[in-house]
Amino acid sequence: MPEVLKAPLVVEFPFTRSLGPVQSAFLTGLRERVVLGVKTRDGRTLVPPVEYDPVTSEDLGELVEVASTGTVTTWAWNHEPRRGQPLDTPFAWVLVKLDGADTGLLHALDAPGPDAVRTGMRVRVRWAEERSGAITDIACFEPYDGDSAELTGSDGRFEDMVTGIVAPARLDYTYSPGRAQSGYINALSDRRAVGERCPSCRKVYVPPRGACPTCGVATSEQVEVGPRGTLTTYCIVNIKAKNLDIEVPYVYGHIALDGADLALHGRIGGIPYDQVRMGLRVEPVWTDGGRFPDHYRPTGEPDADYDTYKELV
Amino acid sequence: MSAPRPLRDIAVVAFAQTDHLRTSDELSEVEMLMPVLHEVLAQTGLKTSDIGFTCSGSTDYLAGRAFSFTMALDGVGAWPPISESHVEMDGAWALYEAWTKLLTGEADTALVYAYGKSSPGSVRDVLTRQLDPYYVAPLWPDSIALAALQAQALIDAGDTDEPALAAVATRSRASAADNSHAQLRGSVPRGDYAVRPLRTGDCPPIGDGAAAVILAAGERARDLCERPAWIRGIDHRIEAHGLGVRDLTDSPSSRLAAERAGAFERPVDTAELHAPFTSQEVVLRKALRLDDSVDVNPSGGPLAANPIMAAGLIRIGEAAARIQRGDSDRALAHATSGPCLQQNLVAVLEGDPR
Repeated sequence: MPEVLKAPLVVEFPFTRSLGPVQSAFLTGLRERVVLGVKTRDGRTLVPPVEYDPVTSEDLGELVEVASTGTVTTWAWNHEPRRGQPLDTPFAWVLVKLDGADTGLLHALDAPGPDAVRTGMRVRVRWAEERSGAITDIACFEPYDGDSAELTGSDGRFEDMVTGIVAPARLDYTYSPGRAQSGYINALSDRRAVGERCPSCRKVYVPPRGACPTCGVATSEQVEVGPRGTLTTYCIVNIKAKNLDIEVPYVYGHIALDGADLALHGRIGGIPYDQVRMGLRVEPVWTDGGRFPDHYRPTGEPDADYDTYKELV
Repeated sequence: MSAPRPLRDIAVVAFAQTDHLRTSDELSEVEMLMPVLHEVLAQTGLKTSDIGFTCSGSTDYLAGRAFSFTMALDGVGAWPPISESHVEMDGAWALYEAWTKLLTGEADTALVYAYGKSSPGSVRDVLTRQLDPYYVAPLWPDSIALAALQAQALIDAGDTDEPALAAVATRSRASAADNSHAQLRGSVPRGDYAVRPLRTGDCPPIGDGAAAVILAAGERARDLCERPAWIRGIDHRIEAHGLGVRDLTDSPSSRLAAERAGAFERPVDTAELHAPFTSQEVVLRKALRLDDSVDVNPSGGPLAANPIMAAGLIRIGEAAARIQRGDSDRALAHATSGPCLQQNLVAVLEGDPR
């Protein structure tokens, strides 16, 4: 088996989320160093507050301030903080029932070690120095030996309410394309196009994905195809893509390489865009160091007859 | 309360799973999946074109591949178009959808499959993305941390202690010694704390794997299988997403699902529980009223192999396989989803009297 290919893959996205009225008040409150809960009809105070009663699904909206001090209801010692977590030194995850609340808020507790943490211990909010209206406006909790903190008297109304959050998310992967696609990519580095033939229907798939989607069986027999092929269909691109150094308009098309039963796609060059047509015979153009064809250009052969490629359009 | 009897008799008639491995770099998802698809078809003698409905469970987040399930469809021969559906959930929920499809009479057979490749990413971090995006996900609490909060709550309540948790791990991996597909078998050290009070030994292995099941209705099931595992009841229930509003030492959703599936009407002899963490088995045994007479996770359970998105379907498959082999007459299978057993599915399977 040839070497398995691997490459780093980072998926990163800033999720922009709008807030409901209860969430908006809660997060704005955090910005103003106020912790708000919401009252349910049966008289419980939920912190963090939610828009709908988790038991009855009723709309909730009666905001009530709770203290910034509370009691740990359960905890877990995290000796190796991970990226994005509230503290970068060892800390305890805690559920904290703030004074005046009936439910627990998840956050981090800054403590010297697991021996300093127990269920039932008293803690208080440590506010972040810079606050924007986010759960991270609470930097963490810290041990606290005292009575319930005084309330600020907030009614949940503030100047300049926060109406949305931007929550960046990033996940890191090591991508591996698997057996069939590794074979295809490895052959490309020798400037060859290698597909795989279905043992049942005999179709040749390029690029191969390891399975025949018609027969549902594994493909394994490698078949070299091309390098020449036929343009089966195309479009004219008039919008310049970000980070792509190609002048518009240009042509992007489906190319059935000779011997392949599936068209792949690529850019068509070496011909004015308005002279490109279905059936055009093309060949790959490689650039130095390129791991795949930069584009395809006309071979100068007569156009292919439609009947020879109509199944591949 | 007596659970209603299903409108149609529907059974698991075939089950297959891959060996579950820490990495499978040399295989794409469809390459990993195809052998188990072929195996369940071979067990029943069915061809792809004989299958009335196909349903799968997987998630793009695990391997970071958008629409990965469409690639996996290549493995079932989805062209010309087949009757097909996908859930971004464990395959146990795909099985639930297939079961309802068979109940309607629109199909007599269904192929259900699930797969997960956790090796390309960091699954502890990936699972944070399923959490409440406003108040919880920005803190990136990983899956072990949340399970550890639940474990500490159980210890505080006097429901368990660290040695008892270690015993769950030891028993599971000893049972897995007979399961050639399992990833962790035999003697596995308790290890250091991962997130205290959970040690590495209390946590499931991270791995890649796939599983497939075939369902069939009525006489069709008897034609395809010597001893079908009849689904006497199946139900799933969910709890609030806020961890702080739940009693983490209990699983009312599991209990209700079990009640609705008829689990409490007569004792079961076997239970396959989708409890990825030792502490979660403690919660489930209590909620599902399983005493020491019940053989819990004879396969080793998810502490021995936990291919995410397939591990719940595997519980149903393992329970069914025991019935087919004659090792069980009435088994409970459970699947879970979400943090700290948030969502739970319970199926009750029975073999015909012998």
